Amino acid sequence: MVVMTILTCISYVPDTAAKIGVTADGSGLELGGAKYILNPYDEFAIEEALLQRERHGGRVVALTVGSDAAKEILRTALAMGADSAAIIAATGLDSFGVAANIAAYANAINASLVLLGRQSIDHDSFQMASTVGALLGIPAISVVSKLDIEGDRVRAERDIEGGKEVLEATLPLVVSVQKGINNPRYPKLPEIMKAKSKPIESVEPVAVSPRAAMVRYQVPQLKRANKILGDSDADITEFVRLLHEEAKVI
Amino acid sequence: MSTIAVFIERRGGAIKRAALEAITAARFHADRVIALELGSDVDGLLAAYGVHEVVSIEHALLERYSSQAVAEAIAQWAKSRQVATLFFGATAMGKELAPRVAVHLEAAYVPDCVELAASDGHLDAVRPLYAGKVRATVRPLTERAVYSLRPNMFTARPAEQPSTPEFSTFTPSLSQEQCRVVVTEIVRNEGKLDVLEADIVVSGGRGMKGPEHFVLIEELAAVLGGAVGASRAVVDAGWRPHSEQVGQTGKTVSPNLYLACGISGAVQHLAGMSSSKVIAAINKDKDAPIFKVADYGIVGDVFEVIPKLIERIRALKQSSAS
Ligand SMILES: Cc1cc2nc3c(=O)[nH]c(=O)nc-3n(C[C@H](O)[C@H](O)[C@@H](O)COP(=O)(O)OP(=O)(O)OC[C@H]3O[C@@H](n4cnc5c(N)ncnc54)[C@H](O)[C@@H]3O)c2cc1C
Ligand SMILES: Cc1cc2nc3c(=O)[nH]c(=O)nc-3n(C[C@H](O)[C@H](O)[C@H](O)COP(=O)(O)OP(=O)(O)OC[C@H]3O[C@@H](n4cnc5c(N)ncnc54)[C@H](O)[C@@H]3O)c2cc1C
Repeated sequence: MVVMTILTCISYVPDTAAKIGVTADGSGLELGGAKYILNPYDEFAIEEALLQRERHGGRVVALTVGSDAAKEILRTALAMGADSAAIIAATGLDSFGVAANIAAYANAINASLVLLGRQSIDHDSFQMASTVGALLGIPAISVVSKLDIEGDRVRAERDIEGGKEVLEATLPLVVSVQKGINNPRYPKLPEIMKAKSKPIESVEPVAVSPRAAMVRYQVPQLKRANKILGDSDADITEFVRLLHEEAKVI
Repeated sequence: MSTIAVFIERRGGAIKRAALEAITAARFHADRVIALELGSDVDGLLAAYGVHEVVSIEHALLERYSSQAVAEAIAQWAKSRQVATLFFGATAMGKELAPRVAVHLEAAYVPDCVELAASDGHLDAVRPLYAGKVRATVRPLTERAVYSLRPNMFTARPAEQPSTPEFSTFTPSLSQEQCRVVVTEIVRNEGKLDVLEADIVVSGGRGMKGPEHFVLIEELAAVLGGAVGASRAVVDAGWRPHSEQVGQTGKTVSPNLYLACGISGAVQHLAGMSSSKVIAAINKDKDAPIFKVADYGIVGDVFEVIPKLIERIRALKQSSAS
């Protein structure tokens, strides 16, 4: 049997607590000072890749598309147990540009399973798995909470409104994972040290034209009534009245 | 003449509201609205919503739902008709399907739109980024574009005049290789309204003090006809299931009323509910961040306030019912 190559794609994102502002003219974002982290969902993608390798053999490759600073999260993936890592140093790509680069690399290493997080917490698009799958001409399943592989047959569960779907597919396949699919391991100090000396391959980006542009940014204006009351009986009566008569939502 | 095609998602035979919202938005931005159906359900609702044409996509290989095959089929149809703009609801199904269709059409994919605006011949969309801390106006740079519309951000409204839609069938050319993924089973959480589909969501946080006290949240949700939601703190503590978690790592909801009880309003929680139409909160700390985004609030103890609220709302419902 051929060795299964699992590609896990991870993004380098501002910490959720980071302050994000907009430039005075609305043309750009102010991310100055934000601390960047491994996208929280991608820890589950890395862990799932390692678990599948434990079950089926093969190798795990971690990839990020972004600035050189993103190497930091590849070190985390290596410390967790990825066999190798690659960076495609490209910035200013739209989501499609990132997807095109991921797809090109997946092709180059002949990946039979591409594992992603369900969403990158910067742009929250939930689209990368579908886009990469379509570019590769293979199926994709998003927001997966359970993944079983048997030979080249796959059974997955994914969350939908008010329940879940059970799906069957065959490899090669792209999967984005949901929190809760596994418990990501914490790398131990010796592994962290070892990861520091593992090489990170630099891959030339493929040039693609952007498909969308962000033409303007704004900080959302809170247009909230902001009527904050106390807890007296009269206040509670007034609260219900406001919801009923003013807001008309109950 | 501009045309927008809208994908019609159904659940148990009924058209999902997200699809009706997308039709209503499409009517506003196009002269011709085409409803794309899987299979041949006939529905008077589409005429009431003023669609000009209904296309049923039919193929033996589509008997079992396959996102891969359906995306391929929709793209083939759009190419055959030279339709350049497609709308999907940003539902679990739509979010998986729409980006795939976009790739097949070499189109821009504009996800999770909360507003649409025509400008210089473009159809721009506004969407939240960075957990809702900023909003971006996104402009497709391609001839074709595929949009997904966040549920409950666009009003679903029947047309002033019902239409008499033309009906047709489209048979895509599909191979087994294009159906390598299929849905084999759907498991429903019976008897429970999902936060994603409820008009009212009542959520509880760590201020509820323990799982046993969520009966208060359940009862309040029940009198309001709403769903129960939760903060991550209580989901992580095992008090509530993950399916109820609202926030950046949970679900993004935009109900008509979001009522947060004993929830502080951390930025990651706000990411999942700040686009709600009306936000109300009960918290004993007057400085809790949730009050900054709230329309209505009560500074008080949930254990004293919620029982009184239940009583008042029940009385209100009874008086309006009689
Ligand atoms: C029009 C436009 C312009 C943009 N311009 C810029 C810019 O100038 N500078 C900039 O930094 N960003 C820019 N971005 C954002 C950038 O493209 C996204 O952050 C992108 O990395 C993916 O986000 P997403 O929300 O589409 O991913 P999602 O679909 O939410 O991500 C799902 C999963 O895909 C994987 N993934 C996502 N991104 C990457 C990545 N970069 N490398 C590896 N795996 C990944 C992860 O596993 C993630 O969990 C732009 C986006 C758009 C739409
Ligand atoms: C990457 C990341 C992702 C995250 N994703 C999410 C997410 O998806 N959803 C989410 O919710 N959180 C998320 N969080 C966690 C978030 O930061 C907060 O920790 C969490 O929302 C807090 O939950 P809480 O409001 O229930 O608890 P707390 O912050 O502890 O707040 C409890 C509140 O209850 C009030 N209270 C206490 N007793 C009473 C009483 N008797 N009556 C009335 N009020 C009372 C207190 O004043 C307080 O405001 C995430 C965090 C990170 C780092």
